[in-house]
Amino acid sequence: MKLAIIDTKACNLNSVYQALKRLDCDIITSSNEKELVQADKYILPGVGSAQAVMHGIENFHLQEFICNTKKDLLGICLGMQIQAKESLEVPLNSDVTNIACLNIIDACVQKIDSKEQALPHMGWNQISFSDNNPLFANISPNAFFYFVHSYCIAVNPYTIATCNYGMDFSAAINKDNFYGVQFHPEKSGLNGHKLLENFIKL
Amino acid sequence: MLAKRIIPCLDVKDGVVVKGVQFRNHEIVGDIVTLAKHYADTGADELVFYDISASADNKRVSKDWVSKIASCINIPFAVAGGIRTIEDAAEILANGADKISINSPALADPNLITKLADRFGVQCIVVGIDSYYDKTTDSYLVKQFTGNEHKTVTTKWQTLDWVATVQKLGAGEIVLNMMNQDGMKNGYDLVQLAKVRAICHVPLIASGGAGNMQHFYDAFTIGKVEGALAASVFHKGEIAIGDLKNYLIERGVCIRD
Repeated sequence: MKLAIIDTKACNLNSVYQALKRLDCDIITSSNEKELVQADKYILPGVGSAQAVMHGIENFHLQEFICNTKKDLLGICLGMQIQAKESLEVPLNSDVTNIACLNIIDACVQKIDSKEQALPHMGWNQISFSDNNPLFANISPNAFFYFVHSYCIAVNPYTIATCNYGMDFSAAINKDNFYGVQFHPEKSGLNGHKLLENFIKL
Repeated sequence: MLAKRIIPCLDVKDGVVVKGVQFRNHEIVGDIVTLAKHYADTGADELVFYDISASADNKRVSKDWVSKIASCINIPFAVAGGIRTIEDAAEILANGADKISINSPALADPNLITKLADRFGVQCIVVGIDSYYDKTTDSYLVKQFTGNEHKTVTTKWQTLDWVATVQKLGAGEIVLNMMNQDGMKNGYDLVQLAKVRAICHVPLIASGGAGNMQHFYDAFTIGKVEGALAASVFHKGEIAIGDLKNYLIERGVCIRD
């Protein structure tokens, strides 16, 4: 099993890399399509802003490659959000109203309506999942995962797990070979370890 | 439900974990990686590594230990200390830190907060505030360069004004170090926390003063903070994180078990 971390140069690859290394994977990190095609599965990490990650994807001409791959791909946090059609997360002090994303799933990234609770939604929160998606095999219902975000994808037909913070939102999505988790499995202790293990076993 | 966070803080000086009383007289506590792993394994929800020598000595936090920490723990951690530029921040985040915390450099150049937030997202940007209660004027004042006693200065900022300002500039979280309480173990300053909480719309972390389990309970229930940070009670083994979590869970606080 050869796993590739898609590097958009938008940071925080080491923690993902280390988490996968703990699972004894053969891992490459690359922004180059020719190298990426040799892998069996992909991780698309994302810490930063939607704009920074989308810029990275444009700079390395990876949009077509990512959207057309038939191999399993797991987006983490922003790596999940950019699978939507567009994001309303725009830079501070900017006239831009939205950022065009990969349009893999028909959804929009919106600000969390936290009902006066502090934003970002930061810390350990519980998720609910009802169906038998193999991504959550051997993970207890209401398990805690680590979240850090202010924007989210609302619950939609591709939602496979939800979380609540003022509103219900997608904690995980799945469409065909595309998976995404809003939380950070690489930072979610044992539960996160199991989820990454499940993704590798898919 | 979002769990309240228990956050051991590891003050780092010259590559080792230290702890002083009221920011002075630092004594060595132990090795960074060993302590990080110990806390992650015993239930800490997050760790903060604060290089207290960095800003005052005009040098940057060394990055090799950031990468070492990332390789041995699987919970989030923040790194603080002398981060002045986008490049500084990018390197630390790329090495596996989840958040960067800025304190003195934000006071020197408040726009740095916005630059970092635009580049990395507000969720990565923690602003640490060293707040000192001045009895003579009955006011809370922000201090700068607290890592070195001889270089510490009182800024022009009142704490509440600075809290409001950093949020506007793009801070994603605020760690409020209540300096009068630091190392005293008399509990967090609940009066100050209430004042800050009222105007703080990003996650607020209480720091300075934890001495027993009740102090954590009070910070969460009365202070209504998202997280409580402490050092010596953990480093000296006076409170085990597992015991603290059980204590809080029994009293109805939402805690990651």
